[in-house]
Amino acid sequence: MKKLALALAATAALVISVGSTAQAADKTKVCFIYVGTRTDGGWTQAHENGRLEVEKEFGDKVETPYLESVPEGPDAERAIERMARSGCSLIFTTSFGFMDATIKVAQKFPKVKFEHATGFKAAENVATYNSRFYEGRYIQGQIAAKMSKKGLAGYIASFPIPEVVMGINAFELGAKSVNPDFKLKVVWANTWFDPGKEADAAKALIDQGVDILTQHTDTTAPMQVAAERGIMAFGQASDMIKAGPKTQLTAIVDTWGAYYIKRTRALLEGTWKSEQIWDGLKDGILTMAPYTNMPDDVKKMAEETEAKIKSGELHPFTGPINKQDGTPWLKDGEKADDGTLLGMNFYVQGVDDKLPQ
Amino acid sequence: MIFEAILLTVITAATPLVIAAFGELVTERAGVLNLGVEGMMIMGAVGAFAAAQATGSPYIGLLAGIATGAVFSLFFGFLTLTLVTNQVATGLSLTILGLGASGMLGESYVGIPGIKVPQVYIPYLSEIPFIGPVLFHQDLVFYLSIVLVIGINWFLFKSRSGLKLRAIGDNHGSAHALGIDVIRTRYLAVMFGGACAGLAGAQLSLVYTPQWVENMAAGRGWIALALVVFASWRPWRVLAGGYLFGAVSIGQLHAQAFGIGIPSQFLSMLPYAATIVVLIIISHNRRTTLINTPASLGKAFVPDR
Repeated sequence: MKKLALALAATAALVISVGSTAQAADKTKVCFIYVGTRTDGGWTQAHENGRLEVEKEFGDKVETPYLESVPEGPDAERAIERMARSGCSLIFTTSFGFMDATIKVAQKFPKVKFEHATGFKAAENVATYNSRFYEGRYIQGQIAAKMSKKGLAGYIASFPIPEVVMGINAFELGAKSVNPDFKLKVVWANTWFDPGKEADAAKALIDQGVDILTQHTDTTAPMQVAAERGIMAFGQASDMIKAGPKTQLTAIVDTWGAYYIKRTRALLEGTWKSEQIWDGLKDGILTMAPYTNMPDDVKKMAEETEAKIKSGELHPFTGPINKQDGTPWLKDGEKADDGTLLGMNFYVQGVDDKLPQ
Repeated sequence: MIFEAILLTVITAATPLVIAAFGELVTERAGVLNLGVEGMMIMGAVGAFAAAQATGSPYIGLLAGIATGAVFSLFFGFLTLTLVTNQVATGLSLTILGLGASGMLGESYVGIPGIKVPQVYIPYLSEIPFIGPVLFHQDLVFYLSIVLVIGINWFLFKSRSGLKLRAIGDNHGSAHALGIDVIRTRYLAVMFGGACAGLAGAQLSLVYTPQWVENMAAGRGWIALALVVFASWRPWRVLAGGYLFGAVSIGQLHAQAFGIGIPSQFLSMLPYAATIVVLIIISHNRRTTLINTPASLGKAFVPDR
């Protein structure tokens, strides 16, 4: 049994690899907790890129230790607490499931600042930050409506949570603004991460006649299938152009770097305050991968929409919008408030799917 | 047309499950319970991907996947057979170790386009309408899975060595008394299981979705384990069960796209629910339990105690 214990300990060390944790008195420690690995090609990689930007920006002034593959649950609390004890001044916890653990540890360490990504619980020393992914989805919808010959797109969804439903609706609204009859087929994969299943979902949608594909799951498998079958697709979280050089139209890219730099600077200058940030294209927390594989007029339309969203002239959720069953939701010119969006549990008209309850 | 397309994806989805399950079936028939299938599978996936990248040949990739799985399972064999550690705990830690190690080894392969195993046309046969394109225009791994089920069935139930292997699984004490080398046979069975899991992993990273991403086995090793029990340790039932599991998981995606209103979560759960039902049935019926379950399964064998 002793050998087994050793094997388990070695395993644990492999699974949770720790970044530089060397002590240095003159450096401020800005720390990161990741749910996945730094090279997952999607969500965690986007945060890692942000961390590297912080290192580049502040050079010797800061140190940025990280913990990767931290499971959501009891281990998260231990990991965050360990970071807090090791002298971190600011800790970014970068997954929705770290929310309660972050709040708990923050109560024990009132002097340490915490920032939790995509959550809704804040405290005096806990800020939250999130990205308005739906703005990018709206642009994708518009492009899809221009590029699709059949007026029918496929959407590979993960779980029926508000963020995903919001994305589906934004895509449909964007498409409808170009082609009022546009239809969207949705397949729920019930996973964030399973290349095989995501690929199967993509194949099922293509076999049923969609000619544009988009996804709200984490791997590049759907892009690969789209490339094989010769239809167009959109990337998710990271630029997936490598998986489909002739397939990707654009991608929603999470770019946390600017935000991380801003908050680190606030910490260094002593102006850090707890805030609840929900930024979008305008603030550069969300960017669009280059518009490729499309005619110039479609590209121009996409760029104009992007500019309008940035300037605030266009809000994707502006009435008149009906719910799926035809009942009115937003009146002409009325904009959805953030609270409704963050709790969204219904489809807008035109989505060809029954929302799992 | 659409049924043909669905059948093709069902076959691709079922192949890694049945191959990994064939390996585990032989291992368990020899009385060893290796819960590390998921870990061996993911190691096979990364090994196959790396070798295919290095050589540019998907076939060398497949061989490397098999070899990686076999070598990795040897570690399990050493711990459980030579050091006599607890099989359940060792198998579980093998999975965790495999997931961690494969992530580390595969770090530089993330995002690189994979090399796909080409499909093989079988002349004439592939021209038969409907079944031709489905059954005779497939990748090499699919044909291998059919060869495997025939081979394993013959080996277990028609050959002398297969009889010995089953004897060890049913009563290692008596087998030992008869002069059969229990430990050696079990080592070979464990390695065969690892090789199959490695091949299943190679299918994932070279056929199913030709790419490497961490944790890409995504629980298929566990389904393979369930499949062995579901099939009550019979090779042909493993094949049938694997296709049933594949059909359910693909079918539910198509049902959604068709707009059939069955909750997707319910359908995703079906294979596991079916396994539980089968478990209840076979453990209820004492005769089938006695006939099929290897009696020494999971029990350690120490020759001179």
